Amino acid sequence: MSESLLEVKGLKKYYPINKGFFNRAQGYVKAVDDISFSVSKGETFGLVGESGCGKSTTGRALLRLIEPTAGEVWFEGQDITKLSIEEMRKRRREMQIVFQDPFSSLDPRNTVQRILEEPMIVHGVGDAKQRRAEVERLADVVGLAKAHLQRYPHQFSGGQRQRIGIARALALQPKLIIADEPVSALDVSIQSQVINLMQDLQKEFGLTYIFIAHDLSVVKHICDRVAVMYLGRIVEVTDKHKLYADPQHPYTQALLSAVPEPDPDIRKERIILQGEVPSPANAPVGCAFNTRCPRVMEVCRNVRPPLQETGSGHLTACHLYDEEVRSRLA
Amino acid sequence: MIQPILKIENLHTHFFTDRGEVPAVDGVDLYINPGEVLGVVGESGCGKSVTSLSILKLVPDPPGEIVGGRILLKGRDLVPLKEKEMRKIRGDSVSMIFQEPMTSLNPLFTVGQQIIETVRLHRGLSKKEAREHAVEMLRKVGIPRPEAIIDEYPHQLSGGMRQRVMIAMSISCSPELLIADEPTTALDVTIQAQILDLIRRLNEEQGTAVMLITHDLGVVAEMCHRVAVMYAGKVVEEGSVRDIFKNPLHPYTRGLIESVPRMDETRERLYSIPGNVPILSKEMQGCRFAPRCLDVMDICRQSLPKLTLQEEQHSCRCWLHESQQEDAV
Repeated sequence: MSESLLEVKGLKKYYPINKGFFNRAQGYVKAVDDISFSVSKGETFGLVGESGCGKSTTGRALLRLIEPTAGEVWFEGQDITKLSIEEMRKRRREMQIVFQDPFSSLDPRNTVQRILEEPMIVHGVGDAKQRRAEVERLADVVGLAKAHLQRYPHQFSGGQRQRIGIARALALQPKLIIADEPVSALDVSIQSQVINLMQDLQKEFGLTYIFIAHDLSVVKHICDRVAVMYLGRIVEVTDKHKLYADPQHPYTQALLSAVPEPDPDIRKERIILQGEVPSPANAPVGCAFNTRCPRVMEVCRNVRPPLQETGSGHLTACHLYDEEVRSRLA
Repeated sequence: MIQPILKIENLHTHFFTDRGEVPAVDGVDLYINPGEVLGVVGESGCGKSVTSLSILKLVPDPPGEIVGGRILLKGRDLVPLKEKEMRKIRGDSVSMIFQEPMTSLNPLFTVGQQIIETVRLHRGLSKKEAREHAVEMLRKVGIPRPEAIIDEYPHQLSGGMRQRVMIAMSISCSPELLIADEPTTALDVTIQAQILDLIRRLNEEQGTAVMLITHDLGVVAEMCHRVAVMYAGKVVEEGSVRDIFKNPLHPYTRGLIESVPRMDETRERLYSIPGNVPILSKEMQGCRFAPRCLDVMDICRQSLPKLTLQEEQHSCRCWLHESQQEDAV
C-alpha cells in the first residue's frame, strides 16, 4: 500500500439542539458520528450515501470549514485539528474544495480573472504579473479560453462554471482536493466532460481526491476506494471492485440494487427498503440501520457494530459477520 | 390500429422575452397509447418540461404561448379550449406530478384537504365520502397510518412522503394519463426505487398511461416502453426502449448513452459530447445538433432534417439516415 496522505481518526461532528428558557442542549444531531478512514497519495477516495448521511459535513470538517466536535485529522503527519486558525489557513493551500453548486460558489461580482487570482493574493503568491500568467495557465488547463477571463460567472453555463471552480481549487497547487458532488448539478453530456477533466488533472498534477457523491455509477467510475455512509457512520469501506462485486453490508446491497441501469435488458433483483432514513437527532440505538434492515437481529437493536475486517482490505460494520470475524481471530 | 390517448402534432410553444422569441418547443410530435409508459429524455433546456406543461396548458402566459400545433386528447384538441374547460380536464382525465413536491403542494392546507378538493370538484362526492376516498388513496400509495397523515401539513412530511401524497392526489380521480415530470430527481436512490415501483404498479394494475419526463437514462431503461429523445426543442429520435438503447440512430442519442457511466463496465474514460447545448432562437438553421456532432456534413448546417421512420416504430431526425431512406425509395 502506498503512503497515506490523510488519516482520519474518530471524527465527530455533533450539533446541539437547544431548547427551553436557558437554551440548554437537549440532545445532539450526530451529523458525523465517529468515523475513521485513511486516504493514500494519488488515490480517489469516494464518500457515498444518501442525503443526511453526513458525507458533506465530513468533507467540510476535514478542512475545518466546520469545526469537528472530536477526532483527529492527520494530513502529511500533522494533526490539523490542533492547528491555530492562522496555521490552518496556511495549511489549506494544500487542501482545497470544489462545491456542488457552481452557481452559488462563485462571487457574481468578480470576473473569472479575479476569482482565480484571489486565492493567490490571499496566500501571497507571486507578484501581479506572475499571478496573471498563472491565471491564464489555469484557464488553459481546465479548458477555458483567454477571452473568458474578463467575463462574470453568470455568463457561463453550469459545466463551464464547474471548470472555473476546479481552476480556483487548483490555483494554489494543492495536494488534496475535496470534491463535494462536483457533477450532480450538471447535465449528462456535461457531467462526463467534467469527470474526464478531473481524471486528466489528477494524472497531470498527481492530485489526491476525496470525491463525495450520491450517484453510485459515477463513484464507481472515478474512485479507487469507496466508503459508504449511513446516518453519520461508515458502514462499509473497501476498494471499488470489491464493493460493487461483493457488497457485504445490507445497506450497501440495497443501495446498489436500487440504482436504475441504463440498459433495458438488465432486470435486477431489487431490494426495496421499507421506510426512510431516521432523523440523525434521534438515531436508533445499536446499528443505525436496524430500523430498515431486512436481516435485522436482536443484537442490532442494542449494540453498535464496529467497523471490522470482513475480507482482505474490506471493512464492514455489521453484526451478520460477527461469527465469521470471531472464528477467524480464534 | 389503437387510438392513442394523447397525440401531439407539430407543437410550438414559444417564450416572448426581452431578448426575443425563444422557441422552447419547436415542432414536437408525440403520441402515447393507452396503458403505455412513454419516456421523454433530454438535457436541461431541451423543451421536455415545456412540452409536458403545454399539454395541460400550464405554461405561464406571458411570457409563454402555444403558437402552433394540436394537442389531441382522445381526439379532442386541447389548444383552443378555455381555462374553464381545461380545469375540468386537469386532475381528472390527465394529471401531473412534479419534481419538487414541496413547491407543488399548498403549505397552508392539510394533505387531506388537497386531495378532497380534487375529488369533490371532479367526482362530486360528499365531504365524508371524499375523506374516505382520500384515506383509501393514501393507503394505496403506501403511506403508513393514512388516517393520521391525512390531517398533516406538507412540511411535516419527508420528501418521499410528499411525492407519495402528490401521486395519491394525482390518481384520486383515476386519470387515463399521468404526466410525471422528473418525479424522482429530488429523491435519494432508495426512495426513488420505492416511487418508481409505485408508478410501475399504477401502470400495470390500473392501466394508467404514463408520460415520464426525465434526464436519467437508467430510469428510462427501467420504466418505459417507448422513448422520445429531445434536443433543442425537437424530438430527434423516437422508438421502443430496446431500439433506443441497443440501436440508437441519432448521433446525439448515441453520445448521450455513451456519456453515462455504468455500474457493469470498466471503461477508463467516458465519452463526452463536445460543446454545450445551443441557445434557442428563431434564427437557427439546419440541424440543431450540427455544431456538436462528429458526423456533421454540409447539408446538416443548411437544412433541418425531418423526423422520418427508419424501421418499424423507430424514427430519427438526421441527415445520415435521411439519405439512406431516399436511396431506398
